[in-house]
Amino acid sequence: MVVQNVVWAVSIILMAAVVGVFVWVADGASRHVVDHAPLTAAAYRLRPWLFLILALAMVGANWRTLIELPYRAVASARVLAAPVQRVQVVGEQWDWRITPNQVKAGTPVAFHVTSRDVNHGFAIYDPSLRIVAETQAMPGFDNVLRYTFEQPGIYQVMCLEYCGLLHHVMRATITVVPR
Amino acid sequence: MSANAGRADRAGVRDGETAARAVELAYIAVVAIVLLLMMLFGLTMRAAQAQYLDVQPRLFYVLLTMHGAGMVGIAGVAGAVVMWHFVRRHVPVNTTVFLANLVLFLIGAVLILGSGFIGGFAGAWTFLYPLPAHSNGIWSANAAAAYMLGLLVIGVGFLLLHLDVLHGIWRTYGSLANGLGLKQAIGLKPEKTGPPPAVPAATMASIVNVLGIVIGAVVLILSLVNLYVPSFTMSALVAKNLIYFFGHVFINATIYMAVIAVYEILPLYAHHPWKTNRIFYLAWVASTVMVLIVYPHHLLMDFAMPPWALVVGQIISYLSGLPVLLVTAFGALTVVHRSGLRWDTPSGLCFLGVLGWAAGVIPAIADGTIVVNSVMHNTQWVPGHFHTYLLLGTVAMFLGYMTWTAKEVPHETIGTEPAAFWLYVGGGIIFVVAFLAAGSASVPRRYAVHLAPWLTYDRIGSLGALLVVLGVGIMVVQFLVRVPALARLPMTAVAQPLPEAAAE
Ligand code: HEM
Ligand SMILES: [Cu+2]
Ligand SMILES: [Cu+2]
Repeated sequence: MVVQNVVWAVSIILMAAVVGVFVWVADGASRHVVDHAPLTAAAYRLRPWLFLILALAMVGANWRTLIELPYRAVASARVLAAPVQRVQVVGEQWDWRITPNQVKAGTPVAFHVTSRDVNHGFAIYDPSLRIVAETQAMPGFDNVLRYTFEQPGIYQVMCLEYCGLLHHVMRATITVVPR
Repeated sequence: MSANAGRADRAGVRDGETAARAVELAYIAVVAIVLLLMMLFGLTMRAAQAQYLDVQPRLFYVLLTMHGAGMVGIAGVAGAVVMWHFVRRHVPVNTTVFLANLVLFLIGAVLILGSGFIGGFAGAWTFLYPLPAHSNGIWSANAAAAYMLGLLVIGVGFLLLHLDVLHGIWRTYGSLANGLGLKQAIGLKPEKTGPPPAVPAATMASIVNVLGIVIGAVVLILSLVNLYVPSFTMSALVAKNLIYFFGHVFINATIYMAVIAVYEILPLYAHHPWKTNRIFYLAWVASTVMVLIVYPHHLLMDFAMPPWALVVGQIISYLSGLPVLLVTAFGALTVVHRSGLRWDTPSGLCFLGVLGWAAGVIPAIADGTIVVNSVMHNTQWVPGHFHTYLLLGTVAMFLGYMTWTAKEVPHETIGTEPAAFWLYVGGGIIFVVAFLAAGSASVPRRYAVHLAPWLTYDRIGSLGALLVVLGVGIMVVQFLVRVPALARLPMTAVAQPLPEAAAE
């Protein structure tokens, strides 16, 4: 399941639904009912149900998405105890220093990400140019991003925080070799 | 009261009305012109990404900075004129303060444009510390300072305006809580006794903007010191918190001000009032709190933040959608439904504004989800969602107000209005969907140069942008040619009389 595809599909469907409701109402607007009060009252009786549906959907979505957070501070002891490949990442206008820049598939990698000057964004793109993980590279902070590569290949790193003139060329590669 | 004094009073009211009207028209004209100019900058950037135009990265990032700051600022000015026009029917406000805000905005705009086009400043509108002081030789400390001073000057103008509005609300309703309808919201007073819809909106927007601007001023001043005294530093994380608090609040306040146009104009067409019940007041009270605490959703990829703050950021992002969808969107739909209303450009734009806001909330919430943000943060998904509720939300509401104002003066070009409306709507949808699609394909935001696989999105987006510029261009020109006639109109035709004048 690719997160981006799910998000795209769900968002477009929901947005289209909103558009649909507005178009339907706009289309019926010119038809006139003499006494609008019962209509309004009926609409407002509908609203608590809408609220309930939205609230349930929101609880569901948060329940589902808040269990797996990328932050080390809330990682389980088991995750923290597992052996990792440590990679140091330093951003500096407009280059990445990534040591080592070759890792094994299947074993978690802990990227220790920081910056020597301004904010940069550390984003890992898979060989098909889709983002698989991100964290910020902020001067004075050591952000630890854990990610396990499943597929070997050449991954790209791109800068995803605007950092000045050559922001768009601040790229590097990480080679993932078979386990 | 003697007859003479009565006449003098009436003349005074009329003069006050004329002055207020003139300043309002100046506001609308400035917004119209700046909006169009900034849209041209936007079109240039999109066409550059599509490789239709050859724009050097240096210029691209200046345009990005100018477009971002210019649009956020002008959206604020647009919201301000809508808020002021309608809230003035209910509370006393000062025309000089209103004018001062516009003048300060123009001074700030000159400073900002100078910083970019003369000084080469391209630190993005968010001036994220410590980038302004670390351009690697691209712009000078003076250029960065001109930009930040420009923002400060604009902030002072808005601060004065919001304080004046809050003062008026306080005087009329006894407290800001009463202006919000807090007692009605929690059931202490019957809902019928609550303030009219423009008042809670103006109260909320003004309260949050005062706080936002003060925090913005603090971080601007600290950043200015850092420019000239590099040994004076601050935590990049603290600075980012302050900046995004300010940025989030300010840009959101623009919608909360602009939506007043919808509350006031749509009911005129539908011939029945906007229902302000308990839930309505509750929504505005809740929004006041939520808009202040939701900003950590901009820092979800800052792993050094306390996780609880980020979790709160996610949950409040979801909750923030409820008032928009269940109160404003639902309210607009019920007002319009089967009302016998005749659609024209102003009513269509107001209705569209609510649609743009409601629809834009959805991709915004998606991106406010931590696991989603992990793979979509700072992709073009972000300009995708905020252009939905700014371009098709705030701006649509403002254009609704603008065209509604211009309706007083018939004009032969009026026949082109439906075409302009549909160019704007159709182009706008293409433009924002192209951003969203690009974002879900991991295209980064704020890139001067795009890779070959991304160009299709850019080209479709450019087409949409071009249509938007054409549509808005027609509306703006139609308005500007009518300004002289609008300024000459007798006051009775344009503004509702003040309560005092009406009582005579
Ligand atoms: C014809 C209309 C418009 C066009 C063609 C346009 C185009 C663009 C483009 C190409 C970008 C940069 C996207 C990227 O990061 O790759 C952008 C960013 C932005 N736009 Fe627009 N835009 C339009 C209208 C608006 C409006 C109406 C607003 C607000 C009221 C707005 C506010 C912004 C902001 C705040 C940014 C972010 C700047 C940054 O990343 O620093 N835009 N726009
Ligand atoms: Cu960078
Ligand atoms: Cu960068």
